[in-house]
Amino acid sequence: MRTPTEWYLVVSALLFTIGTVGVLVRRNALVIFMSIELQLNAVNLSLVAFSRQWGNLVGQVLAFFSMTVAAAEVVVGLAIIVALYRKRGSANVDDASLLRW
Amino acid sequence: MGFLILFWATASIAVASAIAMLFMRNAVHAALMLIVNFFCIAVFFLMLGSQFLFVVQIIVYAGAIMVLFLFVIMLLGVDRQEDLHERIPGQRWIAVLLGAGLVAEIVVAVRLGLGLSTGHAARLAALNRGGNVRALAAVLFNRYFFPFEVTSVLLIVAAVGVVLLGRRYAGDGTAARPAAIATRAGDGSGDGDGPAGTGGDPGGDLERVP
Repeated sequence: MRTPTEWYLVVSALLFTIGTVGVLVRRNALVIFMSIELQLNAVNLSLVAFSRQWGNLVGQVLAFFSMTVAAAEVVVGLAIIVALYRKRGSANVDDASLLRW
Repeated sequence: MGFLILFWATASIAVASAIAMLFMRNAVHAALMLIVNFFCIAVFFLMLGSQFLFVVQIIVYAGAIMVLFLFVIMLLGVDRQEDLHERIPGQRWIAVLLGAGLVAEIVVAVRLGLGLSTGHAARLAALNRGGNVRALAAVLFNRYFFPFEVTSVLLIVAAVGVVLLGRRYAGDGTAARPAAIATRAGDGSGDGDGPAGTGGDPGGDLERVP
C-alpha cells in the first residue's frame, strides 16, 4: 500500500518545529546551527513528498538546489562561528552582544 | 503493509532523534543524533521514489556536512559545558508553547487540505521508468540549467568568503600564535617580531623590509 502524502507532511512539520524550538532554546551556536539544518531537511522532505503527489520532478530538483545552498550556508556559518569564537572566546550566542544598546 | 511498518518505524526514529538532539548537553552527541535523523530522512526519500536524493542526502548531509560540524566542534573544544542560564525569563517555556502551536497549525492546515489535490502519483512512476537519476538529469539540465550554473558561482563565492573569514589578521587581538609557527614564518631572523607583537600573518611579513 502507498503511504499517504499527508503523513510525510506531518512528520516534516514535527521535524521543522523541533528545529525551530531548538533555535529558540539552545544557547550554543553550533547546536543552533544544527537545528537550522534540521529545519532545512524537514522542508526538503515535504518538497519530495509534494513531488510524488503531483507526479513531476520539479520538487526533487528544488530539494537538490536546497541541499546545495545548505552546503554553502553551512560552510560560511561555521566560519563565522569560528571567527566569533576567536574574537570572544566562546560559542555562546548570549556573549555575542555587540549590537545591543 | 511493509511500507506502513517502514514508515512508522522511520518516522518514530526521526522524531525521537530530533528531540534527543534538542536535549543533548554535549555538542558531539547532538551531532550524532542529527546524523541518525538525516539517515531517517534519506529512508523517506527512498520511500518517496527519489533514489538520487537518497544517495545525495547520505553523502552530502550525513557525510560531508556533519563531518564539517564535528571538525568545528573539535576545533572549539568538545568538553565545554553549555551555559544554561537564561537571560530572558521564561523563554524556554514560551518557545515550547509556540512550537506546539506551530505543529497544531500545520496539522490543521494539512487536514483541511486533504482531498484538495487529486494525486498523480502514477505519473511519477512513469517518469522514473528509465531510472530516477536519468529523469532528474533530464529536468535539471534542460529547464533548470541556468540555476544549476549559478549554483557553481554560489559555491565558489562561498569558498572564497570562507577563506577570507578564516584568515587571521595581524592586529585583531587573537595573535596567540604558537612559537613554532612564528619562528618558521619569521624566516630565520630570530625573534625580530617588532614592537607590540605585530608578527601577524605571513602576508604581513612579506611587506616588511628585512
